[in-house]
Amino acid sequence: MKTELAHYPKEELMRMLTTMQTIRAFEEKAGMMYGLRKIGGFCHLYTGQEAVAGGAISALDLSKDYVVTAYRDHGLAIACGMDPKKAMAELFGKVTGCSRGKGGSMHLFDVEHHFLGGNGIVGAQIPVAAGVAFSQQYRESGGVTLCFFGDGAFHQGAVHETFNLGKIWDLPVVFIVENNQWGMGTNWKKVSAVDDFSVTAGAYGMKGYSCDGLDVLDVRATIEQAVADARLGWPSLIEARTYRYKGHSMSDPQKYRTREEIDEYRKRDAIQSFKFRLSEAKMLTEKEWDDLTRRIDAQIEEAVAFAEESPEPSLEELYTDVYA
Amino acid sequence: MAEITYREALNRALDEEMARDERVFLIGEEVGEYDGAYKVSRGLLAKYGPRRVKDTPISELGFTGLGVGAAIAGLRPVVEWMTHNFALLALDQVVNNAAKLRQMSGGQLSVPIVFRGPNGPAEFLAAQHSQALGGYWMHVPGLKVVAPATPADAYGLLKSAIRDDNPVVMLEAELMYAWKGEVSDQEYTVPIGKARVAREGEDVTLITYSKPIRVVEEAADRLAEKGVRADVIDLRSLRPLDEETVVSSVWKTSRCVVVDEAWPMASPGVTVANLVNSRCFDALDAPVELVSGEDVPMPYNHRLELAAQPSVEKVIAAVARVLYREDL
Ligand SMILES: Cc1ncc(C[n+]2csc(CCOP(=O)(O)OP(=O)(O)O)c2C)c(N)n1
Repeated sequence: MKTELAHYPKEELMRMLTTMQTIRAFEEKAGMMYGLRKIGGFCHLYTGQEAVAGGAISALDLSKDYVVTAYRDHGLAIACGMDPKKAMAELFGKVTGCSRGKGGSMHLFDVEHHFLGGNGIVGAQIPVAAGVAFSQQYRESGGVTLCFFGDGAFHQGAVHETFNLGKIWDLPVVFIVENNQWGMGTNWKKVSAVDDFSVTAGAYGMKGYSCDGLDVLDVRATIEQAVADARLGWPSLIEARTYRYKGHSMSDPQKYRTREEIDEYRKRDAIQSFKFRLSEAKMLTEKEWDDLTRRIDAQIEEAVAFAEESPEPSLEELYTDVYA
Repeated sequence: MAEITYREALNRALDEEMARDERVFLIGEEVGEYDGAYKVSRGLLAKYGPRRVKDTPISELGFTGLGVGAAIAGLRPVVEWMTHNFALLALDQVVNNAAKLRQMSGGQLSVPIVFRGPNGPAEFLAAQHSQALGGYWMHVPGLKVVAPATPADAYGLLKSAIRDDNPVVMLEAELMYAWKGEVSDQEYTVPIGKARVAREGEDVTLITYSKPIRVVEEAADRLAEKGVRADVIDLRSLRPLDEETVVSSVWKTSRCVVVDEAWPMASPGVTVANLVNSRCFDALDAPVELVSGEDVPMPYNHRLELAAQPSVEKVIAAVARVLYREDL
């Protein structure tokens, strides 16, 4: 059943739309900049998955809640409020980047906005997220932690150890598997014993939810429920079924999937469908949409200019930030 | 003789050993349908089928341990780690099981298994993906560790590793996969535990392994232009270490620079430097120099990441120090 638009105030809906479109514009620009060799190494774009970040983060109170994810991190960082300038500068390896040019695309961190990275080792962020939740519980901060990971990561031992820890200690954590259906070149069905990740929650005494990761409001409503539970000490697992449009990273020839498969999902594009629903409901005019995209494009251009003009870290920076 | 890449040399060795011995199988992430994350296993799934080329979930601890189990029960697994950084998740299975099962069982078991994949920094990959971890394995009795630096050695050492009845860890490198070199069309193996003298000279001994060989060779070229002739030793194996080749070279030259892209503490480089200090003390005319990776996690920024690694300039500066010369 579709979550009603009327459920949320217009500003809230516009905020979600803005977040999603900002991520889209940022990622498209990042892809171009990679092509121009302004960005190097592994760069994993979030294009296609925007509804997950847009819906999930909008359900949080980031004055006390936290977010942890893997290396496909640009979208969630921006959704949490990272300034696209700092994100782009980081991708460019500049000292004005969020991680002073030391982390790059895979290691965005923004402590101020409660975004704790940015982990490049598949599955490694999952116990860390439980630790953040442990601290929230210990300090009685009332906050919850959203822990994001991919369908490929689901098969790391750390996932299952952490589910158990989360449950036995009533941690305020929500585990979200962003099932974009491909872990590098491996289709998720080929390596998974179950065809619905959410069912595994039952084995750990947690609630499991599935949501349509291409429907921002479905994501929002599901996360809202899970966050409310987590605040009471009931962790849960959510599978958000989604799709990534681009290669695993920028260097992926994508021989493992067909053009048709990608096109099928593009037809169901999360941003376009949300926009369509909003205009059907007379909540968004073409003019408003044009204004919005123009504003976002300008913001992203500004981010690129900022990254371009920023200095690189000096050689002395090699030995800074290693110890506190 | 044919000129082939390091990647093709590994592929040929895998192919020949799989054809030669039914017990050999390849297991790892993306080794099959994707033809390997770095295409080392290209074509092997098509040739040998899914029984012998196993694509795994992303479960390093699980499939590495499964390999160990298969090895003690009659098979000869080749476990591909997408990179050594990810092998840290499997450290327990290698250190506590693969390396120990023979000794703990009083010699009843053997563990004929190869663990292999790219090690060390590539480019723009930042701290978690740019680590030279050879020392982690070299530290452990019960393991053998090889680190070929040429296609010819990659081919010959992988074949030896697969035929060895012990666990062998192989260090490759992403940036080496495209390196080309002559490899004989005839089948051959390269013995584990034997270094290669890459060039001969009598003024200074330069010792390295794996990818930094190119930096060392270039430094040696530049030194030769200045009349300094270097003996260049490519260790090829880190465990067992070919002590005799190292020691006899330093007895000849009396000066030694070790080049290692790993961090300097508790590293392969310091182990070699210690060997030289203890066995060549009377021959040395200068303290042994170590050119290592800088003692920091690898930064993403390219200028910083280059500064963090051994360079031709750093090697030449170290040679100048051991020769007490300021004109190099
Ligand atoms: C421990 C570990 N193993 C392997 C890798 C290489 N690797 C990086 S991403 C990836 C696929 C992960 O897929 P998934 O969890 O579905 O996330 P997605 O990339 O789809 O967001 C692999 C195998 C890694 N970074 N860390």
